[in-house]
Amino acid sequence: MGRTLAEKVWEQHVVRRADGEPDLLFIDLHLIHEVTSPQAFDGLRMAGRPVRRPDLTIATEDHNVPTVRGPIADPVSRTQVETLRKNAAEFGIRLHPMGDAGQGVVHIIGPQFGLTQPGMTIVCGDSHTSTHGAFGGIAFGIGTSEVEHVLATQTLPAYRPKTMAIEVKGALPFGVTAKDLILAIIAEIGTGGGQGYIVEYRGEAIRNLSMEGRMTVCNMSIEAGARAGLIAPDETTFNYLKGRPHAPEGEAWDAAVEYWKTLSTDDDAVFDKVVEIDAATLAPFVTWGTNPGQGAPLSSVVPAPEQFGDPIERSAAERALEYMGLTAGTRLTDVEVDTVFVGSCTNGRLEDLRAAAEILQGRQVKTRTLIVPGSMMVKLQAEAEGLHEVFKAAGAEWREAGCSMCLGMNPDTLAPGERSASTSNRNFEGRQGKGGRTHLVSPQVAAATAVTGKLTAPADLV
Amino acid sequence: MDAFVTHTGTAVPLRRSNVDTDQIIPAVWLKQVSRTGFERGLFAAWREDPSFVLNDPAYTGASILVSGPDFGTGSSREHAVWALQQYGFRVVIAARFGDIFRNNSTKMGLLPVILSPEAVETLQKAVEADPATEITVDLAERQVRAAGETWSFEIDDYTRWRLMEGLDDIGLTLRHADAIAAYESERQPWLPKTA
Repeated sequence: MGRTLAEKVWEQHVVRRADGEPDLLFIDLHLIHEVTSPQAFDGLRMAGRPVRRPDLTIATEDHNVPTVRGPIADPVSRTQVETLRKNAAEFGIRLHPMGDAGQGVVHIIGPQFGLTQPGMTIVCGDSHTSTHGAFGGIAFGIGTSEVEHVLATQTLPAYRPKTMAIEVKGALPFGVTAKDLILAIIAEIGTGGGQGYIVEYRGEAIRNLSMEGRMTVCNMSIEAGARAGLIAPDETTFNYLKGRPHAPEGEAWDAAVEYWKTLSTDDDAVFDKVVEIDAATLAPFVTWGTNPGQGAPLSSVVPAPEQFGDPIERSAAERALEYMGLTAGTRLTDVEVDTVFVGSCTNGRLEDLRAAAEILQGRQVKTRTLIVPGSMMVKLQAEAEGLHEVFKAAGAEWREAGCSMCLGMNPDTLAPGERSASTSNRNFEGRQGKGGRTHLVSPQVAAATAVTGKLTAPADLV
Repeated sequence: MDAFVTHTGTAVPLRRSNVDTDQIIPAVWLKQVSRTGFERGLFAAWREDPSFVLNDPAYTGASILVSGPDFGTGSSREHAVWALQQYGFRVVIAARFGDIFRNNSTKMGLLPVILSPEAVETLQKAVEADPATEITVDLAERQVRAAGETWSFEIDDYTRWRLMEGLDDIGLTLRHADAIAAYESERQPWLPKTA
């Protein structure tokens, strides 16, 4: 019987297999940031262990960094970033600190450097590590104990998850983005639908996505409960990688591409679960609740809790509407927002900024609007194209790279009761600041919303 | 980590689903560089509400959390596990868990127990009716016992053994350093290096 892509990549990385034990899996790339690593380095020091493969490890500062120039004002945040610097220096790990041209959100810089390649195993103490699966590898988030484990051994003991195919049939309608697609998928299968699975995204609509779009889709796999999501590499992948600083060159490139071309699911392989999505039925999507599965087409209304047959879902919806300050039956396009955020590891890449700029060109924003590039490199590229001038002319704020308003660890937060349209990945209670209310949207919807001050699809702009 | 064989204690019923790790420990608490003191951040936003179940004196001293489904979804922050443990919890019982949270728990010796939604409901009702109800979570027998009933739960043999012995994963893996070195010598030459 044939094998799925996930099974091929997994098998390729098994260091040791024994009956009744998890596989010991080799890790090709370990990404580090300041939040989930300090206690891991402490553990190494206490046990007198070195980092086994600093040459397969890279660190950046992202979660705590302010997105306006200058030092970190919060002493606790500053200590955490300084701790990463000390640890990176002590253990010989390459670090891209604030102000460095290579600095940025950890899941933006891996692909940008060409460090993320097909067929690799990649981990990071961050659940959105699933982003890197867009290149056809197995990438997943881990906790601090596992960060320490990978630092010490470059391996992880793990049981292979089951495999799920999400087959997106047909082409996405005009104006429907990768973000709308993944929000619709999560609403369909639920926040627990992917638990225990590696998801392979397949089908025409997936094949037609750019690498940036594929990263957006894989990024939010964890919001459907799946630790990892991946997409088979193809010419789009190879074209994206070629010429990047860490991509192979010359004969090594040819050998790599030959191998990468074997990285697809065999025709006779069987997935443990298959979900089919009809792309033609999709439309711009937005969340109305407090988990990423509570979403609906932007053209619809806030649902009534009574619509949910399952009592647990019903009470979750009741709680969510109360927290969000929404009334059932309200048209989603009538919901007014205070802040728009374009950025994050979900939608902070150049393509996302271009999409927002295209809509903001020649228009004025009515809300506080933060445009935060995912990395310094994205920032430089955007500025080379003049996107920053478009944003500033529209009245938006053009910021430095970082996680920013995706989570409340840096100065960019919502005040209690404030409502945002956000291109990030989580609408959890308090995620963007205590009492803040988050609607997850695509960069296009975010930009159109900034123009009108209400949740808006670009097609509805005059 | 501390070995876990069997534990008997009282429980807190948490009647919420999708308890994400941002609720268990909000992001502002993640700035700490130490491993201690996270109990103060446990459910920090919800604990500001006097009617939140953890504020009910009837549940003081409870060591088992009985939650709605999809407990520990979202962020990979192990701080969520540390916060629960440091607050005094040894076990979380739910019908479904976020994968990363469940993994992190077993690395630290906090036992995540999956029971059917019906069993969770029965336990929650029993604890709500009498907060002094004792629940026994027996890892050796893979059983939860309370209020005259017994439920079995599944956990793989290896994780169970590691928890019962209180073993450190890194030490176990380093016994296979030769296998790791052998694998490293066979890796494709084009694979990227960061330095």
